[in-house]
Amino acid sequence: MRHKASAILLGAALAISASGAAFAQDKTVKIGVLTDNSGLYADLGGPGSTVAAQMAVEDSGLTGKGWTIDVISADHQNKPDIGATIARQWIDVEKVDVLMDVLNSGVALAVNNVVREKNSLMINSGAATSDLTGKQCSPNTVHWTYDTYMLANSTGRALVKAGGDTWFFITADYAFGQALERDTTAVVVANGGKVIGDVKHPLNTADFSSFLLQAQASKAKIIGMANAGGDTTNTIKQAAEFGIVAGGQKLAGLLLFLTDVHSLGLPVAQGLNLSSTFYWDANDQTRAFAKRFSARMKTKAMPTMVQAGVYAGLLHYFKALQALGGNPHDGTKVADKMKEIPTDDVLFGKGKIEANGRAIHPAYLFEVKKPSESKGPWDYYKLVGTTPADQAFRPVSESNCPLVKK
Amino acid sequence: MQALLAQLLVGLINGSFYALLSLGLAVIFGMLNIINFAHGAVYMMGAFCAYFLLNVMGIGYWPALIVAPIAVGIFGMILERTMIQWLAGLDHLYGLLLTFGLALIIQGVFQNYFGSSGLPYAIPPELQGGMNLGFMFLPIYRGWVVVCSLVVCFATWYLIERTSLGANLRAATENPTLVRAFGINVPRMITLTYGLGVGLAALAGVLSAPINQVRPQMGADLIIVVFAVVVIGGMGSIMGSIITGFALGVVEGLTKYFYPEASNTVVFVLMVLVLLVKPSGLTGRTT
Repeated sequence: MRHKASAILLGAALAISASGAAFAQDKTVKIGVLTDNSGLYADLGGPGSTVAAQMAVEDSGLTGKGWTIDVISADHQNKPDIGATIARQWIDVEKVDVLMDVLNSGVALAVNNVVREKNSLMINSGAATSDLTGKQCSPNTVHWTYDTYMLANSTGRALVKAGGDTWFFITADYAFGQALERDTTAVVVANGGKVIGDVKHPLNTADFSSFLLQAQASKAKIIGMANAGGDTTNTIKQAAEFGIVAGGQKLAGLLLFLTDVHSLGLPVAQGLNLSSTFYWDANDQTRAFAKRFSARMKTKAMPTMVQAGVYAGLLHYFKALQALGGNPHDGTKVADKMKEIPTDDVLFGKGKIEANGRAIHPAYLFEVKKPSESKGPWDYYKLVGTTPADQAFRPVSESNCPLVKK
Repeated sequence: MQALLAQLLVGLINGSFYALLSLGLAVIFGMLNIINFAHGAVYMMGAFCAYFLLNVMGIGYWPALIVAPIAVGIFGMILERTMIQWLAGLDHLYGLLLTFGLALIIQGVFQNYFGSSGLPYAIPPELQGGMNLGFMFLPIYRGWVVVCSLVVCFATWYLIERTSLGANLRAATENPTLVRAFGINVPRMITLTYGLGVGLAALAGVLSAPINQVRPQMGADLIIVVFAVVVIGGMGSIMGSIITGFALGVVEGLTKYFYPEASNTVVFVLMVLVLLVKPSGLTGRTT
């Protein structure tokens, strides 16, 4: 009897070590870039995110060391159900190991559940909602680039401190807009300001004049735009037309990307404040990356922070895989390893990944240059202030993420 | 009260885009029996054409108002000659599918080369600024859009309903064989009509370029609403589509004021109600 038991134990031990050896040597990785390839966010993520992922694969140098790495991409069309369906199919059928980008907060929250259920991994760069590392946090998700808490904290606080103490919000009516308005309201109120009204518009609206008239009538000092992409550019453009800024009210682009500024043109966008964790023209390394990136883009665009986040997040993922000695095809295990290793890359600098999945790094407050200050194409931002990594994002102690032990 | 007046006026401004676009659709449907799903794409091409005229050839806004609709109209006529005319006499569905496919291709090509977030186009200096009406600040450009579209709508209506050319055209759609017997070149007439409808869409595109970003998706976002306008107004009815265009702009503007979350759907709710009560649309002829 004792012999039999020890034989079983020995067999089990052998089986475990054999399977351990098997994954330790498994050097295949499949990366899925799930993004908006054709809609209003396609320029800030979209095909550029796929280019960034491919550059990360090349720059990791892993293919030279015998690794097989595939990058595939799909368009979720900004629809959570489509995003979740693609994620399921990718994980079950295509055996995708890690889902990258996943912009659009609605889609990201849906994919978050799928990834957790199937013990896969999402390195989110494009979605803004701070719920991904708050009440909906998951051991299978790393939130890389930015979130609504950081945007509210950086842009919101700076504007209230500069005297903008009454706010009116123009908000995109879905998970992202609501989270951004909620987080910014908290910052405004905490700094002694007041929110005197808001209007929620459907995603992808072309005409904002009705909403702008309401904002104008509210007489709020700051009109906060809790929307993104084409919605924000149309709001800004039409606000100029209705004389809102000329009338003394100030526009706050709570989430404004480089491609949005490019699309508006400096004459319209000049003077806007915005927060970002990455700017292509920050230093020699970011410029070198941006140049290579731009050369591969059909539109010759410079990278946004979302695309930079895909690159940096993926490089960190590769570091974790190498530290594990191979690909275990186990989302939690890789995420844990990513949290263990401090982050350090040429685009975002030094930082770390918190227990709730939040990657932290410095955040910057920029002002859009006047046309006369810009020296050439894509020379758009000047630095106003820097928030260090440990203050830019929500402290883990304030997070209501169930993963964090208090 | 002031706010309400302001919303009414803003609604009217948006309505003028709906009217211009649905007018073109109604002309094409009324004369060619084609449900032109490529209408949004040619509207977008009008805006892009204005952008290129300005940035590549240095031709400003005012000439673009003429040049862009003509250029895009010629493109439309080529489409009609090479593809759409082969579907004459077939079920509506074929025309719809062909033009829908064309729209996707055109948008895809523009998206591929110019990205999704769009290109800037400034308001011409003569029309910058605005005036204080007491109840609202009216940008001069928006006022211009309303005037311009009213004039164009009236001119088109007059051309088709009150001139001999229009009479020939209407006769040609009723009985092409007979009209041809009078020595009138019916296929050429049809081609020109399609060009006219497309040109109207392109004109709306030029008018909208300074207000909205010049984006590949700008037409796709609008086309469904415009179809609803045409259906509510009565398919093929010129006056119906003009009046419904302006009216729906106003209804949508008011919804944005009272319950903004529903502003994207209110047009379709109306469409359902109208179709239930009067399936041929408000001013449509029953066939």
